[in-house]
Amino acid sequence: MKITSEVVSYVAKLSRLRLNTEEHKLFTEQLNQILSYMEKLNELNTENIDPTSHVLPLKNVLREDKLFPSLPIDEGLANAPDKSGGYFKVPRIIE
Amino acid sequence: MKLNELTAHEIRDLLKEGKTSSEEVTKVIFERIEEEEDRIGAYVTLTRDTALEQARMADKKRKEDAVVSALAGIPISIKDNICTRGIRTTCSSKILSNFVPPYQSTVFEKLLSRDLVPVGKTNMDEFAMGSSTETSFFGTTHNPWNLETIPGGSSGGSAASVANNETIVSIGSDTGGSIRQPASLCGVVGLKPTYGRVSRFGLVAFASSLDQIGPLTKDVEDTALLMNIISGHDKKDSTSANTPVPDYTSALTRDIKGLVVGIPGEYFVAGMDSEVETAVKKAIGLLEKSGAKLEEISLPHTDYSIAAYYIIATAEASSNLARYDGVKYGYRSEEESLMMMYEKTRSEGFGAEVKRRIMLGTYTLSTGFYDAYYLKAQRVRTLIKQDFEKAFENCDCIVTPTAPTPAFKIGEKTENPLQMYLSDIFTIPANLAGIPAVSIPCGFSKTGLPIGLQIMGKAFDEKTILKIAHAYEQDTDWHLMVPGEKHQIKNRIS
Repeated sequence: MKITSEVVSYVAKLSRLRLNTEEHKLFTEQLNQILSYMEKLNELNTENIDPTSHVLPLKNVLREDKLFPSLPIDEGLANAPDKSGGYFKVPRIIE
Repeated sequence: MKLNELTAHEIRDLLKEGKTSSEEVTKVIFERIEEEEDRIGAYVTLTRDTALEQARMADKKRKEDAVVSALAGIPISIKDNICTRGIRTTCSSKILSNFVPPYQSTVFEKLLSRDLVPVGKTNMDEFAMGSSTETSFFGTTHNPWNLETIPGGSSGGSAASVANNETIVSIGSDTGGSIRQPASLCGVVGLKPTYGRVSRFGLVAFASSLDQIGPLTKDVEDTALLMNIISGHDKKDSTSANTPVPDYTSALTRDIKGLVVGIPGEYFVAGMDSEVETAVKKAIGLLEKSGAKLEEISLPHTDYSIAAYYIIATAEASSNLARYDGVKYGYRSEEESLMMMYEKTRSEGFGAEVKRRIMLGTYTLSTGFYDAYYLKAQRVRTLIKQDFEKAFENCDCIVTPTAPTPAFKIGEKTENPLQMYLSDIFTIPANLAGIPAVSIPCGFSKTGLPIGLQIMGKAFDEKTILKIAHAYEQDTDWHLMVPGEKHQIKNRIS
């Protein structure tokens, strides 16, 4: 087993996911199965091969630093689960 | 003749001659939807009022003799991961089930400005993660050719809506085969354009280095017509390419004499589905008869593409999906602390496949594993890309099956995610290499399920693959079949 139950708990925490017992067990099993399959990449020697992050020959794409209108506040907040006084509202962060 | 069974260019001709109106066509489409949606489930949201309003406007423009676009007044369905201002856009996920975009995707903007008629938003695998449309929060879409089978995915709703004549054309997205595989399984045409050919502004991101938007249609000419509208540079998408857009319909000459078709041995392996093999080989034979030259080629790293793809795609997804936190939009589960709110919102808002991929991507990107997984996969991606560059030195396009099998049964692969991933073997390489690829119908299994032929081309050379696809299509009747009790060939218009 490459991924132990503890690793799954740690990765779930990094992912901001809360897994129930059943999911935890299932994911431990399935992630191990999938990652074992990924091992086949190690059959290839890639020492002198550059990584491809992107297929287009693009460098930074810049635009002119010009002002343009942005989304009005009420439209930006229209989908908010909770809002107050023109702001997004979240549970208290500072005690 | 049923209006909803016609292609976009056939309806365009009728509209030009004043033999029908866009309003009439649109009404027929909605009648069809009303009759069929209980069985098929292709749509998440219908936009009847917007559609009729847009249809009347297109009719008015046509009457007033203003210059109208080639596809003015043609009904179109849109995959539900493409943002439509004021129209709910869910990605078939609970976490976005109430999301109404305050802005317009470039692709939808273009379609509206050319007076196409938006019928509705189509069902998909949640966040485009899947090959069967079974991971949708809103339930599975059924394949019109056999309701017990999946329509393919992730653009399963788009493919089914076209195949079942619940729209005239559709727009989907393709990260690892999500346009081509459902097109193949539903017996329609589906094109994944070159990475950068179509603006992705407003496409909800899954794997940013792979995602691309493209058409699903009943024939190749409709795909060419849609490509003429949606292609091109967009300053709102920094990954869109500043490369001139040709008239794609000019490639549809039926003359493929001398074109070199590459046949990669790696895509025809022992143990492959015999009906798929037979259909594809017959199609290749027909291309040769039409004057194409066949060339055996090799893409030696094909076997590594699934592993590389599922590392890269899940890593990018885990990062892209970090934004769903219950703060600015979408579903929120109330909790006392912020951290608990994040966790509960995401745990309740995402389905199992999305969670699995976020976990996988988070793991491979985490400290100590980045080099072994993500960087390794990116290096292998280079090898796969080089395979294609070498192959294209000796051929103009590459022909393969689109999917290893016809549509499988609903539920058949849901218990085994790796098995589901392996079904993407023939479509993934084109995404990793960024090249265009089209799937067209090339036969049926004994049980009456469609089989698809994939044609891959050089970067930004959609014209050549559409030319070959069109030549093949015009010599066959597969694209004229309509699902139904007897799988009849539809009446030709002329």
